[in-house]
Amino acid sequence: MSKIHLVAAAVALVGSLTVPAHAGDFTGAGATFPAPVYAAWSAEYKAKTGSALNYQAIGSGGGQTQILNRTVDFGASDAPMAPAKLESGKLLQFPTVVGSVVVIVNLDGVAADQLKLTGPVLADIYLGKIAKWNDKAIADLNPGVKLPDLAILPVYRSDGSGTTFVFTSYLSAVSADWKGGVGAATSVKWAAGNGAKGNDGVAGMVKNAKGALGYVEYVYASANKLTTTSLKNKAGKFVTPTVPAFQAAAGAADWDSAKNFDASMIDTAGETAWPIVSATFILLPKDPKDAAQSGEVMKFFDWAYSNGDKLAEDLHYIALPKAVKDRVRAAWKVEIKDASGAAIWK
Amino acid sequence: MTVDSSTAPTVSSVAASLTKRGHVDVGDGVFRFALNAAAVAVLVILGAIVVLLFKGGFPALKEFGLGFFLSTDWNPVTEHYGAGVMLYGTLITSLIAMVLAFPASLGIALFLTEVAPERFRRPIGTAIQLLAAIPSIIYGMWGFFVVSPLMASTVQPFLTSIFGPIPLIGMLFSGAPVGTGILTAGLILALMIMPFITAMFVEIFTSVPPVLKEAAYGVGATMNEVFRAVTIPYGRTALVGAVMLGLGRALGETMAVTFVIGNANRIAATLYSPGASIASTIANEFPEAGPGSMKLHALLELGFSLFVISFLVLALARALVRNRMEG
Repeated sequence: MSKIHLVAAAVALVGSLTVPAHAGDFTGAGATFPAPVYAAWSAEYKAKTGSALNYQAIGSGGGQTQILNRTVDFGASDAPMAPAKLESGKLLQFPTVVGSVVVIVNLDGVAADQLKLTGPVLADIYLGKIAKWNDKAIADLNPGVKLPDLAILPVYRSDGSGTTFVFTSYLSAVSADWKGGVGAATSVKWAAGNGAKGNDGVAGMVKNAKGALGYVEYVYASANKLTTTSLKNKAGKFVTPTVPAFQAAAGAADWDSAKNFDASMIDTAGETAWPIVSATFILLPKDPKDAAQSGEVMKFFDWAYSNGDKLAEDLHYIALPKAVKDRVRAAWKVEIKDASGAAIWK
Repeated sequence: MTVDSSTAPTVSSVAASLTKRGHVDVGDGVFRFALNAAAVAVLVILGAIVVLLFKGGFPALKEFGLGFFLSTDWNPVTEHYGAGVMLYGTLITSLIAMVLAFPASLGIALFLTEVAPERFRRPIGTAIQLLAAIPSIIYGMWGFFVVSPLMASTVQPFLTSIFGPIPLIGMLFSGAPVGTGILTAGLILALMIMPFITAMFVEIFTSVPPVLKEAAYGVGATMNEVFRAVTIPYGRTALVGAVMLGLGRALGETMAVTFVIGNANRIAATLYSPGASIASTIANEFPEAGPGSMKLHALLELGFSLFVISFLVLALARALVRNRMEG
């Protein structure tokens, strides 16, 4: 008996240390990609309202599991959840911020954004079909650039990640070979190259090896001043990875006909749009156990939509278009109900 | 010296305190219960882990059958999972680690017990023990940022120049020197298990009765001959056991291997090629494995197979070490 009491006391002690008991505090778990912006929002929100978000960046898969089991107030996922799973789990999915994936290289004498690549060439590099930097396919795109007779080392994320999902979705969209042979998922069966863990792992491996090429989130490439490349978009223009190019992609997405806010921002038609852009999502129960807690979550994201754009852009994320934010607020009103069936968001 | 009979405990007073049986029994009982509970808890937790891994992995085994262990196709897109690449990666990196760590550990242990001057033994021994205390993530980062570039720029080209021309063996040391890969993972593992194996070797060598060695020296044996004819044969089984315990550690090492193995679900003839181990695959894929997905089942099945492999290796090690103790 005393042992059980002791354990209970220990659990209570640990619990009280990690989860500060404060009315209005709420918890979320999931995607690692948006974790920095959620943390920044949370800090400012707490200063304004006193309510704190306890967000655990355990990965999108973990976030989905946790919210399906209702162990947190909301889940977060980089890859949109399958519609059938949203349905059976009684979850509302909505986007928070937009991120983009950029290509980085390690080549002597090649400046940032100087190297021009296209989607099909990128796919062939990751398929192992283009193995040398001086391959005709790359040389033809880059007339002024001196390309070495050097093996290309494609580097990919070894851990399952939303970044890989977005990148492979892009390759699937632009290359039939890729779509048929590999496909898109948070981790895939890579035909060539080496895997490294996390954005910093990919960046580190690219930095280590001459001739390496990798993909990372723009947030990461920008903060670490990595050598990015230009990419050809659907309109046939070469674009550099910049915030206006990402915003153009977010604006060009077809939000009107998108189910569960799963609007594709991959390879959109805009003249200036960067081709590898994607939103990150929140998963909120439509039938919350605790209506007050769900209310807190919606209050937080409402505040973030209204006041968080500057913070997000400082961290190199792209804010959602205003029309999309209003659409999300409308969805809250219709979809999230308390036990009596009344809307929680008013 | 006189004894003050009024304060010194007498036989009768001790007996009297012992006969306060009620008090003694309660303390004893609680203590006994706590000990039993602790012992049972270990078994319950171990059993629960085995059951959970087996149950969690069973759907994958049902879906793919025994082909799960042979297939080298691990493809999350088509939802086809085979553990061949990971089993190969786990075994080959551990094998490389053993091949490198065993002679090094043997040398260090013999040096420490037989050759080193008395005053150097303790500091060197402590330094080796300290190596064992370095967290594996540190080995991983050091391996990734320091060892891998060094392997790519110097070690791998050197190995290729030496072994490259030899048929068959040359194949193992061919290909682009990237730095990360099977060979680097094996090397880092070797460094990680070396202190552990060395410590056990030292223990074994110091347990060799001095009279045996002195007798050998007495009949004119050289130091080399004493090593080969007395010290090593005396502890042979225990040495094998120690190596197996080191192997057990190498098999399950996760973070360090994940950093340097290159993480590719492919098998190639060359040791420079990237690969994957069971532990590294689980570390990489687990956070994004969806609830109830086949991927999650396959990962749990991988965990179960690692558990079985480690269990077999450790059981064998135990048996060998015990054999030596009794013999």
